[in-house]
Amino acid sequence: MHENRFHKRSLFLLAYLLFAVLPIYWMVNMSFKTNEEILASFSLLPQQFTWDNYKVIFTDASWYSGYLNSLLYVAINTVISLTVALPAAYAFSRYSFLGDKHVFFWLLTNRMTPPAVFLLPFFQLYTTLGLMDTHLAVALAHLVFNVPLAVWILEGFMSGIPREIDETAYIDGYSFPRFFLTIFIPLIKAGIGVAAFFCFMFSWVELLLARTLTSVNAKPIVAVMTRTVSASGMDWAVLAAAGTLTIVPGAIVIWFVRHYIAKGFAMGRV
Amino acid sequence: MKPVNQKAWFLVLPVFICVAFSAILPLMTVVNYSVQDIIDPTRRVFVGTEWFASVMRDEDLHAALLRQLGFSLSVLLVEIPLGIALALSMPATGWKASATLVLVALSLLIPWNVVGTIWQIYGRADIGLLGATLQAIGIDYSYTGNATHAWLTVLVMDVWHWTPLVALLCYAGLRAIPDAYYQAARIDGASKLAVFRYIQLPKLRGVLMIAVLLRFMDSFMIYTEPFVLTGGGPGNATTFLSQYLTQKAVGQFDVGPAAAFSLIYFLIILLLCFILYNWMQRVGTADKSGGA
Repeated sequence: MHENRFHKRSLFLLAYLLFAVLPIYWMVNMSFKTNEEILASFSLLPQQFTWDNYKVIFTDASWYSGYLNSLLYVAINTVISLTVALPAAYAFSRYSFLGDKHVFFWLLTNRMTPPAVFLLPFFQLYTTLGLMDTHLAVALAHLVFNVPLAVWILEGFMSGIPREIDETAYIDGYSFPRFFLTIFIPLIKAGIGVAAFFCFMFSWVELLLARTLTSVNAKPIVAVMTRTVSASGMDWAVLAAAGTLTIVPGAIVIWFVRHYIAKGFAMGRV
Repeated sequence: MKPVNQKAWFLVLPVFICVAFSAILPLMTVVNYSVQDIIDPTRRVFVGTEWFASVMRDEDLHAALLRQLGFSLSVLLVEIPLGIALALSMPATGWKASATLVLVALSLLIPWNVVGTIWQIYGRADIGLLGATLQAIGIDYSYTGNATHAWLTVLVMDVWHWTPLVALLCYAGLRAIPDAYYQAARIDGASKLAVFRYIQLPKLRGVLMIAVLLRFMDSFMIYTEPFVLTGGGPGNATTFLSQYLTQKAVGQFDVGPAAAFSLIYFLIILLLCFILYNWMQRVGTADKSGGA
């Protein structure tokens, strides 16, 4: 009976993974084909295998600097988001204060605005501040949707931790910063891992704001990609290669935070 | 009950400043535009609520709103149970856990315009795996010609793209449940179903709330993927709200009505999220008092 159950679960998991991976496989498959081959025939493997599409990306500065620009502002954004969100999430999960519920919900409402709404005001704001076409501008602009997300995720994880732990630590003479950094943060590693991954992800794939706030120096990869649509038609093969490469940094990030996500924490030890 | 501590505001202040800096100015600009008729940069006329009234009477908007509600509801009904099931079936330890985590997360990392482009090829009957397979098993599949197929393709694409978000949140939530709970359940001889209902589900409430709200509001604002895949067609089958908004704002270049539309749009999402949020909180607390 247990065996059976195990099989059912694995089968379901395998079926989902197949569903998840096939479109990506198709993209990788396309990235090793020529445009003519992509559009001419159906084939499970490239018939005329080529590295040319990747060569285009790695030899053209406007392509590979796109990746570097994106990585830079995404990193800045993730660090700021988590740094400001951690203490705030702690406050929301542990104390009640004037307007706490309203502020908490208000934070999330900033994710409910169609991004197009932000374009014009942000453009004017960052031009006035002289931050246009800098990595900082994009990183700051992305805070508007990442900080609320980080606060909400972290609050969810912190609320799962019994308040007795805080109280015991305070009785033992821990100051708030010392308790927070040495006891509390290790306890919510899983939450921090998830929040970091989501901040990275949402900032990495955002196109509209990143494209509007940059022109040359900080132009992100998602904006460079839109170049593949040109007068001569769509450059499917290079787009597929670029798409394949956009997955790599995120996959590395999740590889590093996987332990935080997978381990959770063992309450028995506390 | 949580202790009252007004000093906690100091912990929230950095977040408040960060978000208010970026949020209040755009909101004021939009409100400002929504009540004016901007004839050219130097001449503007105050028109009061005229734009709001005309947007509310727009028949096409009602149709787009209904389509949007249907789509977002379907997204939630498919992705939330699927995400929970996926999180429950993912291995908890070892290399298999790591590999599954990475594989599941991959679809989230692809830029949205690329997602649309990939599915555009993937779904084509002549050169795409999905389209060719469906043709081979005898379905005359075409996402460009058939409205139902187009709608389903956008839904499946969204499920493929975003179920991992629900699954990852739930997975991390599940891993945070202390072993002691499971041990207690084992001693009581609780069934798998009972463990899920009385231990796992209540403990997942926090992350599920985030997952539901996120998936709801993001699917309500879905733009890039259907725009690239179907362009809103065939006919109006996949023209959702934000696509309709963009058609209005860009196509006719009317800042006033577009701003009024944005505000109404925002208020609809706000209202629905507020209802969802309160409903989920009530369900959660009823659970706590009844279940414990």
